[in-house]
Amino acid sequence: MASITSDEVRQTALLARLALTDDEVARLTLELSHLLGYIEQLTALDTAGVEPMTHAVPMDCPLRLDTPAPSLAADDALAAAPRRADDYFEVPKIIEAGS
Amino acid sequence: MTATKWEAVIGLECHVQLATETKAFSASASIYGAPPNSCTDPTVLGLPGALPVVNRRQIELALTLGLATGSTLRRRSRFSRKHYFYPDLPKGYQISQFDEPLCEHGTVEFVVDGVPRSVRLTRIHLEEDAGKNLHRAKRSLVDLNRAGVPLVEIVSEPELRSAEEAGEYMRTLRQLVRWLGISDGNMEEGSLRCDANVSLRPVGATTLGTKAELKNINSFKFVERAIEHEIARQTAILDAGGRVVQESRLWDADAGTSHAMRSKEEAHDYRYLPDPDLPPLVIDEEWIDRARAALPELPTARRQRLVAEYGLTVADARVLTEERALADWFEAAARAHGDGKRVSNWVQSELLRELNRDARTIDACPIRPEALAALLRLIDDGTISGKIAKEVFTKMYASGDAPGVIVEREGLVQVTDTSAIETAARAAIDANPKQAEQYRAGKTQMIGFFVGQVMKATGGKANPAAVNEVLARLLGA
Amino acid sequence: MTELSHLPAWRLAELVAAREVSARELATLHLARIARADAALGAFLLVDEAGALGRADRIDAALARGEQPGPLAGVPLALKDIFVTRGIATTVASRILAGWIPPYDGTAVARLYAAGANLLGKLNMDEFAMGSSNENSSVKPCRNPWDLTRVPGGSSGGSAAAVAAGLCAGSLGTDTGGSIRQPAAFCGLVGMKPTYGRVSRYGVVAFASSLDQVGPMTRNVRDAALLLQAIAGHDPHDATSIDAPVPDYRAACERGARGLGGLKIGLPAEYFVDGGGINPEVERAVRAGIARLEDAGATVVPVSLPHTKYAVACYYLVATAEASSNLARYDGVRFGHRAEGTGSLLELYCKSRGEGFGPEVKRRIMLGTFALRSGHYDAYYRKAQQVRALIKRDFDEAFTQVDLIATPATPTAAFRLGEKAADPLAMYLADIFTISCNLAGLPGVSVPCGFTEAGLPIGLQLIAPPLCEEQLFTAAAAHELATDFHTRRPPELA
Repeated sequence: MASITSDEVRQTALLARLALTDDEVARLTLELSHLLGYIEQLTALDTAGVEPMTHAVPMDCPLRLDTPAPSLAADDALAAAPRRADDYFEVPKIIEAGS
Repeated sequence: MTATKWEAVIGLECHVQLATETKAFSASASIYGAPPNSCTDPTVLGLPGALPVVNRRQIELALTLGLATGSTLRRRSRFSRKHYFYPDLPKGYQISQFDEPLCEHGTVEFVVDGVPRSVRLTRIHLEEDAGKNLHRAKRSLVDLNRAGVPLVEIVSEPELRSAEEAGEYMRTLRQLVRWLGISDGNMEEGSLRCDANVSLRPVGATTLGTKAELKNINSFKFVERAIEHEIARQTAILDAGGRVVQESRLWDADAGTSHAMRSKEEAHDYRYLPDPDLPPLVIDEEWIDRARAALPELPTARRQRLVAEYGLTVADARVLTEERALADWFEAAARAHGDGKRVSNWVQSELLRELNRDARTIDACPIRPEALAALLRLIDDGTISGKIAKEVFTKMYASGDAPGVIVEREGLVQVTDTSAIETAARAAIDANPKQAEQYRAGKTQMIGFFVGQVMKATGGKANPAAVNEVLARLLGA
Repeated sequence: MTELSHLPAWRLAELVAAREVSARELATLHLARIARADAALGAFLLVDEAGALGRADRIDAALARGEQPGPLAGVPLALKDIFVTRGIATTVASRILAGWIPPYDGTAVARLYAAGANLLGKLNMDEFAMGSSNENSSVKPCRNPWDLTRVPGGSSGGSAAAVAAGLCAGSLGTDTGGSIRQPAAFCGLVGMKPTYGRVSRYGVVAFASSLDQVGPMTRNVRDAALLLQAIAGHDPHDATSIDAPVPDYRAACERGARGLGGLKIGLPAEYFVDGGGINPEVERAVRAGIARLEDAGATVVPVSLPHTKYAVACYYLVATAEASSNLARYDGVRFGHRAEGTGSLLELYCKSRGEGFGPEVKRRIMLGTFALRSGHYDAYYRKAQQVRALIKRDFDEAFTQVDLIATPATPTAAFRLGEKAADPLAMYLADIFTISCNLAGLPGVSVPCGFTEAGLPIGLQLIAPPLCEEQLFTAAAAHELATDFHTRRPPELA
């Protein structure tokens, strides 16, 4: 664990799909380095063999019966869409199919 | 010019949509071909505050596949979040199994050119499908009906060595998922999709070459073509001394070629995270025992049994086990009649012809297996001839009526009364003296002509054996 | 007699049920108070006047028809704007969700309605519940009714301010690292974070899924019990919801009158360290509160929670990693803010999110994304989950010796607006006493235990083992019986 460079901040922002101004990048580089420095105290703690705790209360996954409930009407599903084309959500043209 | 021989190394990642009524993590209906965005709910749309709840049925179906492939079943598996931004992925992550999949270390067995092959499965895991992006001239449109439909991803080890093997593996997989009733396996509708990892290496080498991932093989007939094309592409590169680039390539079925997908602005980093909304999935022994007990006899075992029990050829057994329902139909008819070999012939020649012509599945067959058995019994006891039986069969298929009813109604009972046959035979001989003369002069094949005349006169109802006997006697006199 | 605006919620429900007061009168009265006072306070993001009056009339009509009144009949509530309300804008005080009208009600909201409660509007908060002062609201700051130059706490700051100022009879907040208990302490309220899974999270905008929990914020203990009773219990729409019966919390409160004989309370040394940042005035009040519990019959013993010092670091990895994931769905496609004039998909995403999220939310998305990046997962997220297990283990061990744990709710009383805004870490450290509860999934409650000389409320935190909210209510009720803090009121606003 260590600090973070402004390049790493930019890469991370791209992964998170956040447009940042240069000022924001500079500020976040400082702030995140500061926070990561604080967080670094965890490395001092020996956690060998400790099972990571992913849920606050241990339980098994409950399962639901395969019984349909009513779907939203298309108009309700699309009601909040900033851009809608007929009964579809509209986005800028996708250049390449992805995974 | 070196003449290196290359060996193809192929691994397939197949996505199979599971045949559930509702989505993987919410209760909205899962209907193919519904109007756009009409199969959603807050969870499918990824609305703020909506949460996933696991559909039990998808687990049962995945367990069935795991057992059928002899996989190790993880008693405690986990759902993770796989993050990437894409319009067809509403939450910005896909719920998928990552480090703790439900099934591992299975195998799929199949036959290529008569040689049995076995390919190991790395894993079978559950995940949710994405929606669909439709591309228009200046924009793209998003339909989320398919989003959240349950999938299993079946990942094979890179043990396939040719396009043909890959094709056969896919056909076997498709047959299996249909056989188990866990998916319709329909590639055209997207319920079975496949990505292929293809690399080449010098024959004899043990390390893997650089692979290309071939995406979007979404039609059954293109599996082999796409892989052959990729093998040829890489061979050309390597033969020319070049290097294969690790990349994803999109198969374009219309052009019969593939092209590199534009590399994304940054490398993939899916940032897997155990889904905090979903506690670990626990499968107890009792559940596994129940699933095992409910497992149908698998295609290979069934084929072997059909050969042993009914004396069928392997080829016949293979046709009859294409679909579990067909095998069931066959066996019901074979048991009702007793002669499996004959039933098999009838199924393969008559029944499949009718079904194929109408593009019907065996489930929609208007003839009950017992009715075919009854029809064959009418031949056995001489009530009708084999020729008439084929006519009756066509009528059974058209009307769904029982063979006895049709034979009765249409007066098709075979004439075995020799006096009636004799009358018709005399009439035929009298009407054709020239042909009778030829016969008597030693051209004995002319008997066929007279048989035809008699059959015509009796409307095809005369017993052919009796006709032959009577004609031979009368002509010989 | 106390005027209606400051009667307990349970008393209002009785009056409405007996038809001595109508739901409409209560709605009208509170709407008038909001209109008068909220300009100065900034607690409300949305006042649903027409909706509230319509609901009030329907409640009154149902009572007139002789229908059975619900346990919250006509009680005028307002909710943190993190609760998804069908037909009523839900924004989490973020630009990215401005104007979003949900097509569904969350489970807690539906249960409040079913209990007969009225909803006056939606309350201010830190954007996406990320903050401890309500200063991260993208709409406006909220102020502490006890001192308008000070913060009400956060993230459920609007809830705390509105309830304390008598603008509504009670509220629901959410608590991911102290967001109910800390503002409750700052505003002199009872605020309970129940056991993780006790209340459904369905229809609660997610911040950090494994930590978020819904709970009541009220002016007295019995009101908290009443609200929790209405919303607790298994929900098939939330896979982390606990399928266990809900006990009678009101009865648990009443048991407080019988004293706390036999109850063992642990004081964790790590929360009372010299120079540990705890303000002396706060410590005095908290110790006085603990003394009241002893007076009521409880025994107090020292316990140790040795991993406490790692809690904040652990929390900020777990919470931000989950938040970075939960906030991926805000992409400008299906709902929410979408940047104008974007030519490509990438631009659409980056600009919509860059414009829509405020600085604190961006900071946490960045930290969380960084912690989950390939190659970082084990060192950050997994490590934090291991430390989390150790923190939970500390509590498990302590609870083999004691029934409850008592600590300060906050190191200080309410601070001034702007006082910590420049230093994220200092702000994060203000949650130091509340965070462990969330990491361990335990129920905790903050109750008023005194005031500073300047007249600012101070909170005592009680923590119980999982699903032991009853013990919290009993102890809190016993403590309340020995004080008059819950009857004190902040100055009336214009």
